[in-house]
Amino acid sequence: MKTFSIGGVHPHDQKLNTEAPAKVLPLPKQVCVMVSQHLGAPSQPIVAKGDKVKVGTVLTQNDAFLSAVVHSPVSGTVNKIADIPDASNYPKPAIFIDVEGDEWEESIDRSPEIKREITLDGPAIIQRVKEMGIVGMGGACFPTHVKLMPPKDAKAEFLLLNGVECEPYLTCDNRLMLDHAEEIMIGATALMKALNVSQTIIGIEANKPAAIKHMTEVAAGFAGIKVQPLKMKYPQGAEKQLIKALTGRAVPSGKLPINVGCVVDNVATCYAVYQAVQKNMPLVQRMVTVTGPEVPEPTNFWARFGTPVSEFIAAVGGLPENTGKVISGGPMMGKALCSDEASSVKGMSGILILPEKQAHRREVYPCIRCGKCVEACPMGLEPYLIASSAAVKDFGLTEKARVMDCIECGCCQFTCPSNRPLLDCLKIGKATVGKIIRARNAK
Amino acid sequence: MANNNKWVISGAPHVHGPESVTKIMWGVVIALIPAFLVSFYFFGLRALLVTFVTVVSCLFFEVLINALFFKRPGTLRDGSAMITGLLLALNLPAGIPLWMAAVGALIAIGIGKWAYGGLGSNPFNPALVGRVFLLISFPVAMTTWTLPRPLFGGGFLADAVTGPTPLAIAKEGLKAGQSVGDVMSQLPAYSDLFFGNMAGSIGEISAIALLIGGIYMLCRKIITWHIPVAFLGSAFVFAGILWCCAPDKFMDPVFHLLTGGMMLGAIFMATDMVTSPMTCGGKLIFGCGCGVLTILIRTFGAYPEGVSFAILIMNAFVPLINRACKPERFALAK
Amino acid sequence: MNVTIIYAIVLLAALGLVLALILYVVAQKFKVEEDPRIDLVSDALPGANCGACGKAGCRAMAEAIVKDASLTGCPVCNEENIAKIAEILGRVAEKSEPRVAVVRCQGGTCNTTPLVKYEGYQSCAYATSVFPGEGGCPFGCLGLGDCTKACTFDAIHVNPQTGLPEVDPDKCTACGACAKACPRGVIEVRKKREKTGRVVVACVNKQKGAAAVKVCKVSCIGCGKCAQTCPKQAITVENNLAYINDDLCVSCQLCVRACPRNAITVLPKEKLRPAPAPKPAAAPEAPAAPAQA
Repeated sequence: MKTFSIGGVHPHDQKLNTEAPAKVLPLPKQVCVMVSQHLGAPSQPIVAKGDKVKVGTVLTQNDAFLSAVVHSPVSGTVNKIADIPDASNYPKPAIFIDVEGDEWEESIDRSPEIKREITLDGPAIIQRVKEMGIVGMGGACFPTHVKLMPPKDAKAEFLLLNGVECEPYLTCDNRLMLDHAEEIMIGATALMKALNVSQTIIGIEANKPAAIKHMTEVAAGFAGIKVQPLKMKYPQGAEKQLIKALTGRAVPSGKLPINVGCVVDNVATCYAVYQAVQKNMPLVQRMVTVTGPEVPEPTNFWARFGTPVSEFIAAVGGLPENTGKVISGGPMMGKALCSDEASSVKGMSGILILPEKQAHRREVYPCIRCGKCVEACPMGLEPYLIASSAAVKDFGLTEKARVMDCIECGCCQFTCPSNRPLLDCLKIGKATVGKIIRARNAK
Repeated sequence: MANNNKWVISGAPHVHGPESVTKIMWGVVIALIPAFLVSFYFFGLRALLVTFVTVVSCLFFEVLINALFFKRPGTLRDGSAMITGLLLALNLPAGIPLWMAAVGALIAIGIGKWAYGGLGSNPFNPALVGRVFLLISFPVAMTTWTLPRPLFGGGFLADAVTGPTPLAIAKEGLKAGQSVGDVMSQLPAYSDLFFGNMAGSIGEISAIALLIGGIYMLCRKIITWHIPVAFLGSAFVFAGILWCCAPDKFMDPVFHLLTGGMMLGAIFMATDMVTSPMTCGGKLIFGCGCGVLTILIRTFGAYPEGVSFAILIMNAFVPLINRACKPERFALAK
Repeated sequence: MNVTIIYAIVLLAALGLVLALILYVVAQKFKVEEDPRIDLVSDALPGANCGACGKAGCRAMAEAIVKDASLTGCPVCNEENIAKIAEILGRVAEKSEPRVAVVRCQGGTCNTTPLVKYEGYQSCAYATSVFPGEGGCPFGCLGLGDCTKACTFDAIHVNPQTGLPEVDPDKCTACGACAKACPRGVIEVRKKREKTGRVVVACVNKQKGAAAVKVCKVSCIGCGKCAQTCPKQAITVENNLAYINDDLCVSCQLCVRACPRNAITVLPKEKLRPAPAPKPAAAPEAPAAPAQA
């Protein structure tokens, strides 16, 4: 079975609810839709207080190339535009909408049957993907239409679908592949048409045998789509590692996947592309895993964007008594939340509730130079060296130690027997060195 | 919020692997058990007494140095001082005066470790610093070896008898102009060497016990195979080349592997995480250097045994090796 | 025996002579002509090598001072230093008012309610990328002491009682390293005003009133009362935050009393004059409280 070659760790996968069917989260009374839910230039709201909106009404505007619009996930009245903390815990502008009924824009096809025939041509598909506000749903929120328009000197050869879900606890992609395999395949076919490529490889880790089996069966009916089971290893879902595992190609430092002829999309993104291209449905909801070791019934919810975290928590029976940490995303790369006010966004794949005893950082010992971080780093870096040089502000050495190659996967800190805050220091180093490099290039 | 706990905020990752310093240290202690059982079997209570003294004095000096110079409670919980004490004991002869063992512990902890800033900052293996200090300062006591007396075979409480180690026999014999064959006739059989029935330090005598410990550490992933294999392999090959050139002047490679501190050094001393290189390539270079230097010192040097010196010399090269041997980078020209 | 000793003495003496000769020749040959004033200026500088001037060290600064102009290029120099350098170079010392670092936040643990607990690398630069702060203020001091680490002069320390850094004005040299190290720009270097006290808006929160009130008991809400009170128009309110222009401020302390949020303070605290009697006749120049700390 394939996997990537350098480094990686094996966290306990903790997939607590692989069997449970997905539920639809009831509409909350009020949603808070974050104005900017993508990587790139921030958007501006184009609705005002008192405006009536339907599901699918465009809420924001942005003329930048690297951007994505946001559609109203509910129908109702705009209550206000105010700041609420997002997953970064900082207050960011959000559109508060009081929910009234569930009325959709007429242009959206809500019929349950699966539409297999793709009538749009390539450029029209890309245009549709852009209009429907689709971004990468693995967590980075990179606008998908940008990926579909490779620079002139690069040619895509492969479409790679990420069904790896290497983060422990999260199961939403697994559920999606079991429930909507055919839609994912049609979405992939549309993406292939847009990119003008003939091969798609779907990477799925071995801990999801049911998904591998089901997806392989469904893929047999589609030309050019292949399912590739992968050995379990974190961080296989990282773009560079996934490309390495599936195609054997290595994206050089500072380059993009397209430079080695690959375009990588998450299976959830692919499903959203299907909805957009075939059903004209904007991205207004996603599957969110609400889980945790002490959560009585971990569940995957279909939820509209803007649903407050508190609603998700209430839907699984409230916070367990001993909750110590609530994380947006998975335990390896997710962000700890300060409060349950934050609302769901396009990139939020899960809400992880950790009990008190698992919430704390462990006591830090001196570095014993065991080299386990070097062994674990999937980019072949020396985290101990980068972290210590960044901690003493020797950013020249930090840069020379290739900090900019760091993908912030957290393997080094996960494996460190001295519990050192390696990734914390690496991130400081990466941010500072990034600034230094930009200043140098600006000169 | 539904409960009164304050939520914890920290950066990713929010889960941690099973490894910890404490687990590693206790793993080493467990790996040392077979070696101690053998030493108890051959050297009796005296071996345990020396060990007790080194361990207790190491712990004591750790606390003392922390209290005196850093004004803080000792750092005993990481277990490193205990390991230093255990490893130091393994490197001492069973008959050493106990006060000397305590002095060795002071040097190991004080000079070997805390003078450089404590755990993780020391360039040299503290236990070996202690041993070499004793060897140079008290050469007679450090080379007066108790002959092994199996626990159930002879008088348990009778006075200890001393004698030379196989390496000393070989060194003296070859220096006096005897042929290898003559020397070999004065030595115990290889099977005795393998199981530990020879004169030597408390922990170095039994190759099999040390190998068992080594395999345990390999399985627990406390050490990797690189250093022991490179160490033993390069020593074997180098000694083998010498032996092939002049079989009646040099001891055969198997003899070198089974005698002295070779196994102890390769499995427990050279693999010390703090004082060995980070990358696999670096570890191989480090191990090879140790092996070749050991044979060089044993064959051409003044001392019959060279493992400690070889490891300490190579320790000094670790920063250079770390600079030279970088891990395989992702997507960089191969 | 004697011969040996004589040999040794002669040999060593000869050796010493030869080596001394070599050293002398080499020293003469490779001599670098250097302005002797550089050494003198270098000695007159504080010699902390703190890097606040932006040069590689005090010697580099001395070279710069000798070569071009400003005597106040070293922000750490006090008047005494500058006078000395001026004397060496035969220039006139420019007047410079002593300055000191000021922490513009009063949140800490005393005026905000910690809602969460931060664990991880104890560095403000990192913590600020993870969350706004234990009390929730996205602008205020995080209290993890990046300023303390940056200070070469041991002049700024986080008070464990308040969770806020405090500047020791006697040790502070106004080099600005702490201000540069603070990821949130909480610290500013301002005029020292030893006689009258430094009046500062001790808040950097740019949130709107309601949000600012929610996170902190002493936050600036940008109400503008201080700006209206100020007789010198030294105060501007921008982005819901008042700021006192250091050059215009006359330390009259009227704004301190006008602030409904107690966000404007006088440093050191002993310089805070009691509110004048309700009679408007009460002179604002009432004698200051005793300066004894």
